[in-house]
Amino acid sequence: MAPVLDPMVGRYVRLDIDGVPHRIYFEEAGSGIPLVCLHTAGADNRQFRHLLADPEVTKRYRVMAFDMPWHGKSTPPDGWEKTEYRLTTASYTAAIRAFCKAMELDRPVVMGCSIGGRIVLNLAIAHAAEFRALVALEAADFQQPWYDTAWLHRPDVHGGEVCAALISGLVAPQAPPVNRHETLWMYMQGGPGIFKGDLYFYRVDGDLREKVKTIDTKVCPLYLLTGEYDFSCTAADTLRTASQIPGVQVQVMKELGHFPMSENPAKFREYILPVLEKIAKT
Amino acid sequence: MTPADRFARLPELIADDTDLQRRGRWLNVECRIEIGAEPFHLVLHDGALAAFDRGPRLMRSTAFTIRGTDEAWTQHWRKIPDPGWHDLFALTKRGVASFDGDLRPLLQNLQFFKDLLALPRRQPEAG
Repeated sequence: MAPVLDPMVGRYVRLDIDGVPHRIYFEEAGSGIPLVCLHTAGADNRQFRHLLADPEVTKRYRVMAFDMPWHGKSTPPDGWEKTEYRLTTASYTAAIRAFCKAMELDRPVVMGCSIGGRIVLNLAIAHAAEFRALVALEAADFQQPWYDTAWLHRPDVHGGEVCAALISGLVAPQAPPVNRHETLWMYMQGGPGIFKGDLYFYRVDGDLREKVKTIDTKVCPLYLLTGEYDFSCTAADTLRTASQIPGVQVQVMKELGHFPMSENPAKFREYILPVLEKIAKT
Repeated sequence: MTPADRFARLPELIADDTDLQRRGRWLNVECRIEIGAEPFHLVLHDGALAAFDRGPRLMRSTAFTIRGTDEAWTQHWRKIPDPGWHDLFALTKRGVASFDGDLRPLLQNLQFFKDLLALPRRQPEAG
């Protein structure tokens, strides 16, 4: 019997980010318009595996999802053991632009979730002309913190388990149990202190209040989609952000939480396919 | 049935959940859960409920307390809770629940406690 293979292929690309050599892991499937997917804090590209395997998407999009530096199968930079990882607006933006450049992508669509959604807003603010469209999932210009990140990295609490347990409540109750637990599994596998380091960007460095008002959706269309069960980036946070951006297209997704693409791929599909359809036609 | 009455059935709910007990097998702690105005004292031993006392106990020492309003627990225990009521931290974020004390055993066993405190969801909803 022939092997049963998923359609995506995984590879490593060598690139420099701010002068530092990196070996970045990514998976891709499909052909056509490049679509770069950005995972949530403390996770990796596997969150997009259902999108990568969806023929309705891959028939006209070349979908690429990479593991951010220090995440998933991307090799941490040389000397990582002497550094405390801390993501910033500048380093995150540089990583995305370096990946797009290294892959020689021509005006890709970028879709990011959570911190990936927040940085998409920054791409819309600072680099809109480089992208065909931008899709921010579970994104807002600012969100009220709801726990102390000091608990995420200390020797007397299991980092992977506490990360997963904290974010478990951001999954909607309607998520199929298999998808819920796969989403949590990814959180149990992050490197020590990485989720915490990502949240530095989210909480300290990445406040985009006021800045979102400068977004020009005529230069690059912007879509915001947020799950109604996301109490980290609430629907109200996203709607408040959208109200400051003329021309933005915003939607609250029913029965979804903070990880729409992995917690309930079938439900997410109902919302994302029309957006991708619209982008493909423009 | 009041939210406290629903929580009073915790011993049978835990006893029925062998998976929860398995996941809590390293856990030994005494804690206090407040359902509205009613305190409950729990002694957890190797993931099982070794003691469960309803009502105030003078000078009872516990590691930590989790408290929520009657409305918080009622909403949290709906079969499918509404957005913003579906997780312990959603409740604390909206200001209807809180933690205090030594939070280390709570955070070390966070999923266990989230699941334990959601157990009354398995009962028929109060009329």
